[in-house]
Amino acid sequence: MGLIGKQTWEFASQPVLISTGTVVGPKEGQGPLGHDFDMVHQDSYLGQGSWEKAERRLMEEACETALSKAHLKADQIDIFYAGDLLNQIVTSGFAARTLATPFIGLFGACSTSMESLALAAMTVDAGYANYALASTASHHSTAERQFRYPTEYGGQKPLSAQCTVTGSGAAIVGKAGEGPRITHATIGQVVDLGVKSPFEMGPAMAPAAVDTIAQHLKDTGRKPEEYDLIVTGDLARIGHKIAAELLEQQAGLFLGDLFKDCGILIFDPDQEEVFSGGSGCACCAVVTYGHLLKRMERGELNRMLICATGALLSPLSTQQGESIPCVAHAVVIERGRWD
Amino acid sequence: MQQGPKEKLEYKRITQKHLPKRPVFSNSVRAFLVGGAICLLGQFVQKFFIHFFDFDQKSAGNPTVAVMVFLSVLLTGFGVYDRIGQWAGAGSAVPVTGFANAMASAAIEHRSEGIVLGVGGQMFKVAGPVIVFGVVSAFVIALVKQIIKMVI
Repeated sequence: MGLIGKQTWEFASQPVLISTGTVVGPKEGQGPLGHDFDMVHQDSYLGQGSWEKAERRLMEEACETALSKAHLKADQIDIFYAGDLLNQIVTSGFAARTLATPFIGLFGACSTSMESLALAAMTVDAGYANYALASTASHHSTAERQFRYPTEYGGQKPLSAQCTVTGSGAAIVGKAGEGPRITHATIGQVVDLGVKSPFEMGPAMAPAAVDTIAQHLKDTGRKPEEYDLIVTGDLARIGHKIAAELLEQQAGLFLGDLFKDCGILIFDPDQEEVFSGGSGCACCAVVTYGHLLKRMERGELNRMLICATGALLSPLSTQQGESIPCVAHAVVIERGRWD
Repeated sequence: MQQGPKEKLEYKRITQKHLPKRPVFSNSVRAFLVGGAICLLGQFVQKFFIHFFDFDQKSAGNPTVAVMVFLSVLLTGFGVYDRIGQWAGAGSAVPVTGFANAMASAAIEHRSEGIVLGVGGQMFKVAGPVIVFGVVSAFVIALVKQIIKMVI
């Protein structure tokens, strides 16, 4: 119990994922998982005055949805872990202002979804909170503005680019109750194999995902077949293929159909301008909390490993010619006992 | 995971294998078609000004550019130009309409930060380098031309 192996936490009390909330924008709503989300907005401004305000609202709505599904009030939340992609993680800070709960802001880029869930589970497991809330949000237009070009700029993107998911996912972790259990978390090391192009995020992050998944299996002594799914956060079509090859080549692990990616699942390849797939803080969060947990509830999955991947770059570091350090954090969710 | 120079080199080989090749040929064809279409439209506008107003071949250039810029800004505002740009690539980026799009898109984008610091301060964010290097290279070329003239 506690730390097992080198990087994995085993939670003795197996904290419960009491409820989740997922809110997405129009493009995600039209995607193949559109029906699995709690709320689909047709207006990507959400009736707000700016994209940043819209992103903030997404996170607030996801948290409110999770709270109302669990019949909880914000003041019953003992700790709120949240992160996003904007400078100084303003979305999380402002959402925390609205919720008025004790708050720790996180930045792990797109790995924040599982980073926050792992921390929430750890806090509850250690007895420092009865209810912990974990949330991440991203918005296509705020990410475009911050990391790339103005949204209406007519530059051509390469096929290896990814589309930032507009949405937010929130999860409430509690000591007891019904629902899936969080049994393990593996905290990843930063891996950088020298990819520099910000349009090749999948290839940049793939080694980090491979490192964390291989380490998780080593630490727990499990085989890939003991999982119904091993899911990466947002490697998308190119990065996911590379990760599969690396797993086989470097760790001798063949995952086959077990191995999925949230960035591939969320969009249809035929949708306009999704390129190689989805990305962003919200990608792994909404697919896991919306789609995958619903599948688990239906009894299709008993145990899954979710490995969220994050590219720890800034526009400045890219312009200065630095390569992209990446990290991946994994969380094991089990169907658990239904009392 | 080993992250030395040898691993980085090996990883580069793996990524190159999986990254889709840039479709240079189809990109060139698209750029030719769209860029050509924009220029053809410009030609019509120029002829229009020569025929119906008191302009000659040279002076008709100014109102023609103004019309093309106006159309580009309008399409940018309606959220169409970036779609065209994704399909056409250099075809819609190189003509004057692409420059107008770069200015207008930055201005629209930063409207939320106010007129002065947002629109005014950020408008040249994308198009600024084009002006800087356009002016600098024009100066250098003019200098070279002048020197050649003096020598010969």
